[in-house]
Order: sequence, then C-alpha cells, then structure tokens
Amino acid sequence: MYTQALNTAEAPGAPVDAAAAARFQARIDAEQRIEPRDFMPEAYRRTLIRQISQHAHSEIVGMLPEGNWITRAPSLRRKAALLAKVQDEGGHGLYLYAAAETLGVAREALVDQLLAGVAKYSSIFNYPTLTWADIGAIGWLVDGAAIMNQIPLCRCSYGPYARAMIRICKEESFHQRQGFEIMLTLCRGTPAQKAMAQDALDRWWWPVLMMFGPPDAQSQHSQTSTRWKIKRFSNDELRQKFLDATVPQARFLGLTPPDPALAFDAETGHWRAGPIDWAEFEAVLAGNGPCNRERLEARRRAHEDGAWVRDAARAHAEKPRATKAQAA
Amino acid sequence: MSADLSPLWEVFIRSRNGLAHRHAGSLHATDAEMALAAARDLFTRRGEAASLWVVPAAAIIASDPAEAGMLFEPTGSKIYRHPTFYEVPEDVGHM
Ligand SMILES: [Fe+2]
Ligand SMILES: [Fe+2]
Repeated sequence: MYTQALNTAEAPGAPVDAAAAARFQARIDAEQRIEPRDFMPEAYRRTLIRQISQHAHSEIVGMLPEGNWITRAPSLRRKAALLAKVQDEGGHGLYLYAAAETLGVAREALVDQLLAGVAKYSSIFNYPTLTWADIGAIGWLVDGAAIMNQIPLCRCSYGPYARAMIRICKEESFHQRQGFEIMLTLCRGTPAQKAMAQDALDRWWWPVLMMFGPPDAQSQHSQTSTRWKIKRFSNDELRQKFLDATVPQARFLGLTPPDPALAFDAETGHWRAGPIDWAEFEAVLAGNGPCNRERLEARRRAHEDGAWVRDAARAHAEKPRATKAQAA
Repeated sequence: MSADLSPLWEVFIRSRNGLAHRHAGSLHATDAEMALAAARDLFTRRGEAASLWVVPAAAIIASDPAEAGMLFEPTGSKIYRHPTFYEVPEDVGHM
C-alpha cells in the first residue's frame, strides 16, 4: 500500500514555456515515460513529489497497526508471515522515498514533514487493530484495495514511480492472500472465531471504501493527474472495481458487509454500495481519527530512538577517512 | 536535519548465474559495507539475486537527455549496419 487520492494536486504554478509544455504533453500522450532529468512542468514535479511521498509515508505508518500483533500472532507460521509482510511494507516505503528523491527532494526533508504532522498519509492507518481478525481484514481488504490502486500506477507516466510500483505490486499479492487465509481460518473455526471475523469486517469495511478518496464529483484536481497519466482511473471507478471483486469474497467467507443498502445491480453487473459517511473521512484526514496522534507519536519516538544508530554509522564511515588523512 | 544526509547508492542485481547485473534501485547508506547489507535486505527478500553491486550514485556519469538526438539519432540512417540491408537470394539458404 498505499496511495490515496487526497485532492491535493497542485494548482498550476508559475507560467511555463508554452512550447516546452506542449512537447511534454505530447510525450505523455504518446505513452512515453518521463525520466528524472527530462523536462517537466513544475506543477507535474510538485504533484508527483506530494503523491509519491504521501504514498511512502503510508507504507511506513502502515507498519504500525500490523506491527501491533507480531508478538501476539497465534502461531509461528502466522508470525513469520506477518513479520515478512511488515518488512515488505518498510521496503515499499524505501522504494517510494527513493522515487521521490529523483524529483529533487531529500528523503530527510520528507520524513521531517511527516514527523512535523504536515504531510498526509492514507486515512486507513488511523484505525486501531483490536483483535487478531483485524490482521486478516487488513491483508484481505486494505492490501486488496491497495492492489486496485497500485496496478494502474505501474503504467504511470513518471518512470521511477512506475518502476517502484511494479516491484511493489509483485509483493502485494502475498499480503492479500495471507490476510484472506486468516479470515478463512477464522470463518471455518468456532462460532466465536467467526464472530471475531465478522466484527473485523464490520469495522474495516467503510474505512476501506474511503481509501479510494472522495467521490469523483468532488475531486477537482484529478483531471490534471489524468491528463498527465499519473492517474488512470477515477476514485469511483477504482472503488467500484474493488466492490465487485470483494463482495463475492465476503460471501465465500460467509460474512456480511455492514451495508444494508448493498445490492447487486443485475442490469449493469455491478455491486452498489450505500452512501459513504464522508464526514468521517474528512475528520480522519484532518487528524481526528481514532489513532492519528498515537501513530505520529510512535513514528517520532522510533525516529528519535534511532538517532544514535545513524550517528554511529556516520562516525564509523568517517573513521577510515580520518585514518587515511592522518597517514598521508 | 541535513546532518542526517547519507550518500545515495545505486544497486545492481545479477538475478542468475550467467546474466548481467541490472539496475534495481537506489538506497542511502553511510558506507559501502552498509550499502551492501541494506541492498540485500531491500532488494533480495525473495531470491532475486545471485550477486549484488552497489555503486556511489555520484560516481555515475550520465548522458544528457537534451543531447539524446545528437548522440543517438545519426545511427538511424545507417541501415547498412543491419543484416537485412543486404540481399541474398533465398536459394542460398539461411545466412
Ligand atoms: Fe505496501
Ligand atoms: Fe501490502
């Protein structure tokens, strides 16, 4: 995971050389990839820095809700899988920070923005993981939604971002499958275990549907991202794809999404969800979700506690240089 | 927090014996030993590598994209460098 449309595309900035901008758009229209040292409009660069860094932050913060259960996984098999998944998410964050850096911003600056609370990350990670079933629900639903979002990004116009996404998508499939397997095991277990799975679905369902971002009618900025081929599908299109893929999986598990209005539209062949509570989404994005403060505090603490490691590594790297200088 | 800046390294992976190393991505590390260890953790979690190279990103000299036309297009007109430019009767067989 996890990029989220947050309606934060940049407004077109300073006027650019019109001919260069036209050549740039022609390259995009011809499905060419833009590479770091190629010409690009400033607004394209800023939009990408913001999107890729938000995506990177989401991977890193996304390690926290699942990390919460590593020491309490019910078996060694589950523990090894969860540890590997969380490690993957850390790797995804690093691939993405590296992609953002090709646009001329330092990773340290991006991390500082996250720790200062001025950068956004996916709203989904501000919800708590209360039971083991939440780990199943996250893999199945959150990583499932991430895959829907990320597969089109493998064809994004910016080369380093697209290549990072290809690597990430290869790893996500295991994440979703291990989550679904946890849910399936619980659903085939005791009535209490099945109830735990249903409870997790009840709590994660709506926040997961919100992961795709606000409805198309309210996303003024996505047009620019579409023209630049950063975004290939609209928020509502991706949400619909997810719904159509996931409702049958819930039924296979014998679980019921907590949406009384959820219905199959035989005419179009699509599942239709009831109204989403966008006020909740706005509140979580604004910093008032159940875990926003806890997540940032955990990141700050980890960063501060790691300072001595960074210092030691730098001192160690300096040593041979200093010795060499002395000998000379 | 510029004191935290550690140099950038480019990572190259030989996926199997007999193949060339290919660029996989980049990472930050304070020295070569750490770069190699980080590359192993970051890029080879699923048996992707038989060998790793790490190269300081600053050591790479790249051609200028603005000069791509001047550098590479002249070969476009030199079709006589390709085997299909030459006519060999079919009776001769595969050559
Ligand atoms: Fe991820
Ligand atoms: Fe994932």
